[in-house]
Amino acid sequence: MMIEPYTPAMFLSILPEILLVGLAGLIMLSDLVWPESRKRGLGLLTSVGFGVILVVALIFSRPAAPAGNPLIFGGMIRDDFAAFFFRIMFLFSGAVVALLSLDSPGVGRKGEYYAILVSAVLGMNFMAAAADLIMLYLSIETTSIALYLLAGYLRDEDKSAESGLKYFLFGAFTSTVMLYGFSLLYGFTGKTNLYELGGALASVPTLAVVAASMLVLVGFGFKVAAVPFHFWSPDVYEGAPTPITAFISVASKAAGFAVLLRVMLAVFPGAESYWVPLMAAISTATMTLGNSLALAQKNIKRLLAYSSIAQAGYALIGLAANSKEGLAATIFYLATYTLTNLVAFGVIILTSRIVGSDEIKDYAGLSRRSPGLALAFMVAFLSLGGMPPFAGFFGKFFVFAAAVQQDLIWLAFVGVINAIVGLYYYLTVLKVVYLYRSEHENEKIPTPRAYAFALAACVGGILLLGTWSTPWIDWATRAAGNLF
Amino acid sequence: MNFPFLSVITFTPITAGLLILLLPAERKTEVRVTALAAAVFATILSVYTYFAYDKTLGGYQFVEKFEWVPQFGIAYHVGVDGMSLPLVLLTAVVMLTGVLISWGIDDRPREFFAFLFILATGVFGVFVSLDLFQLFFLYEIAVFPMYLLIAIWGWQVTREYAAMKLTLYLFIGSVIALVGALAMYFTSGLGTFDMLALERANFSVGFQRFWFPFVFFGFAVLGGIFPFHNWSPDGHVAAPTAVSMFHAGVLMKLGAFAALRVGIMLLPEGAKFHAPWIVLLTVVNVVYGSFIAMVQKDMKYMIGFSSVSHMGLVAMALMTLNRTGYVGAGMQMFSHGVMTALFFACVGMIYDRAHTRMMPELGGMVKKMPFVAVAFIIGGFTSMGMPGLSGFAAELPIFLGVWNAKAASVVRGYPGWLQWLANLAQQPWYFPAIALISAISIVVTAAYVLRAVQKVFFGEISHEHDHHVGDVTVLDKTALTILCGLMIGIGVYPAIMAPLIDTGVAAILKLLGVA
Repeated sequence: MMIEPYTPAMFLSILPEILLVGLAGLIMLSDLVWPESRKRGLGLLTSVGFGVILVVALIFSRPAAPAGNPLIFGGMIRDDFAAFFFRIMFLFSGAVVALLSLDSPGVGRKGEYYAILVSAVLGMNFMAAAADLIMLYLSIETTSIALYLLAGYLRDEDKSAESGLKYFLFGAFTSTVMLYGFSLLYGFTGKTNLYELGGALASVPTLAVVAASMLVLVGFGFKVAAVPFHFWSPDVYEGAPTPITAFISVASKAAGFAVLLRVMLAVFPGAESYWVPLMAAISTATMTLGNSLALAQKNIKRLLAYSSIAQAGYALIGLAANSKEGLAATIFYLATYTLTNLVAFGVIILTSRIVGSDEIKDYAGLSRRSPGLALAFMVAFLSLGGMPPFAGFFGKFFVFAAAVQQDLIWLAFVGVINAIVGLYYYLTVLKVVYLYRSEHENEKIPTPRAYAFALAACVGGILLLGTWSTPWIDWATRAAGNLF
Repeated sequence: MNFPFLSVITFTPITAGLLILLLPAERKTEVRVTALAAAVFATILSVYTYFAYDKTLGGYQFVEKFEWVPQFGIAYHVGVDGMSLPLVLLTAVVMLTGVLISWGIDDRPREFFAFLFILATGVFGVFVSLDLFQLFFLYEIAVFPMYLLIAIWGWQVTREYAAMKLTLYLFIGSVIALVGALAMYFTSGLGTFDMLALERANFSVGFQRFWFPFVFFGFAVLGGIFPFHNWSPDGHVAAPTAVSMFHAGVLMKLGAFAALRVGIMLLPEGAKFHAPWIVLLTVVNVVYGSFIAMVQKDMKYMIGFSSVSHMGLVAMALMTLNRTGYVGAGMQMFSHGVMTALFFACVGMIYDRAHTRMMPELGGMVKKMPFVAVAFIIGGFTSMGMPGLSGFAAELPIFLGVWNAKAASVVRGYPGWLQWLANLAQQPWYFPAIALISAISIVVTAAYVLRAVQKVFFGEISHEHDHHVGDVTVLDKTALTILCGLMIGIGVYPAIMAPLIDTGVAAILKLLGVA
């Protein structure tokens, strides 16, 4: 793989990231000059900013069709379709999360909150594109530090502070282990570029490569919350401000997958016979543990935390299949999951604002208090459960198909059985929403216009991916082709 | 390009359902009228399609095909043959009568009709699917609204339990079948989910034998096959009337039909191999189901177990692998659908007025609702297989088919305990014996039906019921008339349906290589 010599045109491919830095500055500036009464506009500004950058990314930073996937800026960044696909996902989630934060108590009117959110997205964008260990580590830390801050943003609330600190401690620890893995890789080969490492490691004893890959996996496993690196997620999800919970559960997880897919396939093809079965095992454990623990949850945020662990398990099936179709399935799955979880958390934000609690039992009567929100909730949960005509059905179908294609029929069966367990607890929540009565059911739950817009966009996306999937599968397949 | 009849039939309900959701919640009359209009429209088109089908030509007609997800060889592909067309008509009829008798639902009718119609689209869609993926897609759509319909509008006592049990049973079955379908897709190497192509995929005998039970039972769960039947009576009982009608009348056929179309038609060698022991399970269905029905006091449980028994006959007929049996299966699916819908409609009307379904507490209803009594008795006679009604036209060929069935002569390759059974199945008396044992159910059915008629409609009316119970509405009567008319019509003149089904059976037998 050739490293391209510098040309000014390279800046076009990181134009979205440059604009993100500008956006963060603009937000801070507006925060200073705008009077308190206009501060709600900060969230709108952030969201519109993300939207504009999304369009810019679609137009200017989309790799040309027959691109050679050049390594640019001295090999720091790879300008390929996989990076592009993930960036679009991050920018989209950023825009939705900013809208969902608008009226969130404690965060909605804070300029630095939105600025940190923007820098988290900036870090994720670089995670998806990084092609060098140094760049990779820097971008992971940029993202993580921003997320630690956001999770603990409500510093006067014990749970939020606990959430931030816990996230930080777990994150710092796993990050150290991962860095040790990086240092081994550099020590063995004297190289830092991911695409040179793969070849250079061929002459290193397999055992050493496997050891390094395990250390690196610790860090990535933490980011995607795969078993056994999942312990942080329920507590962090529960304590963090809910828009941030949504953000961590979708964008941060997807970013983790972006680096996981790229690094495993580019750096460790030599250790395939070790990590591929390990992935199947991790996937099994992640699905099974996530789903079984979700069964007992009484708090909706914790339930979704365990559900998100399980969802990462399904996505890992695609990587365990270790084929181009498998990777495409994983990437597509992440897209469907992102849309779906954003809707679920959007409804939770709106509901808990009025209900004042995140306990599942307090969702009783939601279908009478707000039929629209209840419907959105149902769409989200059925999509998570893998029911057509929602996006989640196609997502699950493709990962299971990828497993069967590689003769991993047992893994497909494990996934299928887990899907049933998952459906059980999703339905239990829907039962509370639709069936149980509550004494407050005459108090309507208002939906501000910005929230309605964000939810409608995501629900529309869920239906679109769930019925007319062809173009998105093409995108996912192209992205997978760049990685595999 | 001809008028896309099947697509319009399939998507009319869901379109109407979404329109209904857009209406304001208070406009209940508008909601009901929209629902009725959609149901009438779908029924008219179905009747037209039924009579416009060219029997001399046979095969799949009204075919439409578009690419859907070309990367995976998934297409939107619909068409009907002699097997599926009566079921499309059945669905339309049950939908229409279901709307008529649900007119009085007052708790969130908007959501009720919307969910019911989403379900109806799923059901129509499965019957007309010629693409395996599309079939699964719509099959799931037919399953999940059931959960909400039962859980929200069902009988308070058991609805949560029954709804969850039903949904999980059906979901487990369908996803297991899905893995089988994926195995077919990848093994065929054709890169398509088109069932017409997969029929010719020449799967190895070992492959077919291995996957057949997964696929067949995965779907047959919804057909109520023993030992996976026990979601069904609970579900029927807990469901509101229109949903029970849909559920027993149409959804159970969905299971049997999908087991036939995907299991038997795509894996015929598997069917031949496993038929000798599966047929024994269906005997349990038929006989055990009827005995359990006899000891019930709750009318809905009685009908629920009666459905298990009658659907067992369909599954048994599918295992005969011969022409008479399959024509019987097709007839029975239609006949049982109409009959059960009628039963549940009657029970719902009684329950709405007398507030009990317990037979010992009921009596003398003939004085209060003579129309319902007559309809119930006609349904009862159909259930017993009286000549002149559709039940006879369906069950006679089934019993003939079972009597004449022959186990496939391929007997190698069974595991030990099955080998013993396979040898037994070679005996000339094996299938006749099964037919004789199953015939017990006819006697038992007569017993419980007549007892129910006697207890509920005749005998002493209780003092309290004498005051409160009134007659049913015109809409209810219309619904009952439509259902009775179909049973009598087919009973008197089976030729309106049998030759049509026969054309569908011919194609199946060709796949089985026993034409």
